Amino acid sequence: MNDSIMTLLDKYHLIAAFAVIGLTMFVSHWMSKHLTANRLHGSAIAILIGLALAYFGGIYTGGSHGLADVSLFTGLGLMGGGMLRDLAIIATAYGVRFSEIKKAGMRGLIALFAGVLVSFFAGAVVAVGFGYTSAVDITTIAAGAVTYIVGPVTGATLGASSEVVALSIAAGLVKSILTMIVTPMVARMIGLDNPRSAMIFGGLIGTTSGVAAGLAATDARLVPYGAMTATFYTGLGILLAPTLLFLAVRLFF
Amino acid sequence: MVIYGVALLAGCMLVGLIIGDVLGQLLGINANLGGVGIAMLLLIFVTGYLKTHDHLPESTESGINFWNAMYIPIVVAMAASQNVAAAFSGGMVAILAGALALVLGLALVPVLTGKRVDEARPLDAQPMQVHGRSR
Repeated sequence: MNDSIMTLLDKYHLIAAFAVIGLTMFVSHWMSKHLTANRLHGSAIAILIGLALAYFGGIYTGGSHGLADVSLFTGLGLMGGGMLRDLAIIATAYGVRFSEIKKAGMRGLIALFAGVLVSFFAGAVVAVGFGYTSAVDITTIAAGAVTYIVGPVTGATLGASSEVVALSIAAGLVKSILTMIVTPMVARMIGLDNPRSAMIFGGLIGTTSGVAAGLAATDARLVPYGAMTATFYTGLGILLAPTLLFLAVRLFF
Repeated sequence: MVIYGVALLAGCMLVGLIIGDVLGQLLGINANLGGVGIAMLLLIFVTGYLKTHDHLPESTESGINFWNAMYIPIVVAMAASQNVAAAFSGGMVAILAGALALVLGLALVPVLTGKRVDEARPLDAQPMQVHGRSR
């Protein structure tokens, strides 16, 4: 009986993954609402749970694919694998109208480029400081400091190791979570109380869930302005990190 | 039909990846150069064109929106299949890189906002409509 259920779940692994991830999202949104008073974004908690599960999966199996190495959860590897991940990332570009770049204005555009460059620089400096010398590794970690999407996409594009990709996701996650917590605390200090600075903030920080949750915690009316520029951030990062920024890093390493 | 939206998305992805592949080969790098980013731009322009010409009905849209909405769950699945155990040995790298990126970004907000002008006055003056989606 037990065995046949296991075989069934193993056979329908992608379906099992949908159910597992759905449950994870439900639990994390519940935790977000009831344990953190919406301070920590539900999706950020879900990713944290995912990374924690991957940690235990890795310890348990000694494999390199986290929880996806546990036979019950092989579907996670397909669901979170390169093919569907890239498809979903491209789909997020839908609804972003090119004319919205104009509305965000010149400052928003400058903030976007400055934000990607500054985050990338910060990540690269830290990576070099910790003794990474390969251009692929430095670029991937630096791209992770841009967002936790840019990191793994860059890593996958450049062929970085799974360890470095996980590190870059972790770096992006740290940035995203800190953004949610720190933004309402520093909002007054950085003048984050109007549409223009919100657009600039969205362009500079960029990590979508971090910006949306951080602004919501500050003043919900600022969310659409920050989110507007932030929507372009990950796309710009994906465009720049594995191309121009990678070539720039290669000049030095 | 919903499949039109999914097919449009898939088409943009494939064309973007092919261009990225060719770019990578042209630059002599054994990597796909920004294929995903190029596909995103393609999707923005193609759907923008279709929308202005009224060729993008709601059912077609929903084929794209489904995958848009699946993005966070897919990222969660991706996180769950990463080699976190091995990455833990370099935990401080992630914390410092993320924190430094945030601090530098926040520090630049007042620099780029510049002097207070009319567009940059606090919201308290006039109530604004909130109409955004957060993810």
